[in-house]
Amino acid sequence: MTGPPNHSSAASDTASPVIELRNASYQLPDGRALLHNLNISVKSGETLVLLGRSGAGKSTALKMINRMLELSGGEILVEGKSTLDWDPIKLRRHIGYVIQEIGLFPHYTIERNISLVPRLEHWPADRTRARVAELMKLVGLKPEEFLHRFPHQLSGGQRQRIGIARALAADPPILLMDEPFGALDPLTRGELQREFQQLEQLIRKTIVLVTHHVGEALLLGTRIGVMDSGVLVGMYSPKEFLAAKEPVTAVYVANLRMNQLAEAQK
Amino acid sequence: MTLLQFFSRHHREILQGTLEHVWLVGIAMLLAVAVGLPLGILVAKRPWLSKPILGGANIAETIPSLALFGFLLPVPWLGGRADRLAIAALALYALLPIIRNTSTGIVDVNTAIHDAARGMGMTERQILLQVELPLSFSTILAGIRVATVLTIGIATIAAAVGAGGLGEFIFRGLAMVNNQLILAGAIPAALLALGADFILGLLERRFRPVRA
Repeated sequence: MTGPPNHSSAASDTASPVIELRNASYQLPDGRALLHNLNISVKSGETLVLLGRSGAGKSTALKMINRMLELSGGEILVEGKSTLDWDPIKLRRHIGYVIQEIGLFPHYTIERNISLVPRLEHWPADRTRARVAELMKLVGLKPEEFLHRFPHQLSGGQRQRIGIARALAADPPILLMDEPFGALDPLTRGELQREFQQLEQLIRKTIVLVTHHVGEALLLGTRIGVMDSGVLVGMYSPKEFLAAKEPVTAVYVANLRMNQLAEAQK
Repeated sequence: MTLLQFFSRHHREILQGTLEHVWLVGIAMLLAVAVGLPLGILVAKRPWLSKPILGGANIAETIPSLALFGFLLPVPWLGGRADRLAIAALALYALLPIIRNTSTGIVDVNTAIHDAARGMGMTERQILLQVELPLSFSTILAGIRVATVLTIGIATIAAAVGAGGLGEFIFRGLAMVNNQLILAGAIPAALLALGADFILGLLERRFRPVRA
């Protein structure tokens, strides 16, 4: 078993970041600002977690990376190229996107859901089929049992596995994950988090994951960015995070300790 | 003479009238779907167009049917033949439920599904054809069903401008104070409406999306 995806060696520290937000800002059409001058750089192979409460702007930040939302100010570079210079469709197919399990297409079988991007990219049928089978094995679901079912015939945890398989289908080097385990019950969530952490196929990938769960952030993140009211208030390694003095972060840590204490007393 | 005897003696005329009726409604519905579906998509995609388009269709809906036939009479190509005129008027009536249901169906597609489709790199066109339209198909069918039933009823009035159909019997029966003649138009028209409602209802359920 391998540990969390962690490639922040000296070599990748000096390498140019895969994703770079420079003073990225986002305003609603009515002028309300949701993000203020966000500066984040994500290195190759790392899992950067954006942690914050709902409305803190984490999902907004994520959606600007694959241009589902357009920047109001600043710029975002993906693989050294401004997102504005990318064709948005090419950019999105280059980046895997995982959201809560409800994002599966209800009218597609599991097989069609997973093969969505390969089909869009016109892969030959046998290559697509082989890839789908490989991905099913990867996420721990039997192809012969699940491929021809529809999403509503699966459990939440199974659907979420399919969501991850779908995002990985065309083997994108970058993955954006928006509360990927958000809709799951605590036990399934924990199970999936641990499995996810050990997926070999994810280790080389550059991942930005959004969550409001401290535990998830600590388990999966190589670095944790804490957001509050559209501002990045701190960026930490998991170890630094636990010792952080910054007030918003400290509240998260205090909360975590309280939960641990409650668990211990049971 | 009982009603049954009347029907059996005149079954040829009644069948003829029914076929005319089906033809008027069928062509009108094809036209209404061909125009209403794209308009519904437009309303869903460009919300600022919803007021003028839905407003226009609403106005057409509020004009009393007899008056609408009258209004269309002076229109050059349409006024020339009674069946053209009737089909145009019926199509106008059928438009509103089709436009409204198409746009609601598309707008109601779960935002998470729409977000996922966009995030996976589908183009707007692919999202429309592969996700939004299939998922709103049953809602669109429901609109077509309402419009068809409505149109079958209104089409009886088309006889007033000489377009034929089952309305012929009703108008003649009213003029001659002959109830059997009125029923010879009204009963087949009602059966047509019920039949259309039943068949389209079956289709609608068949395509109703399952909740994930």
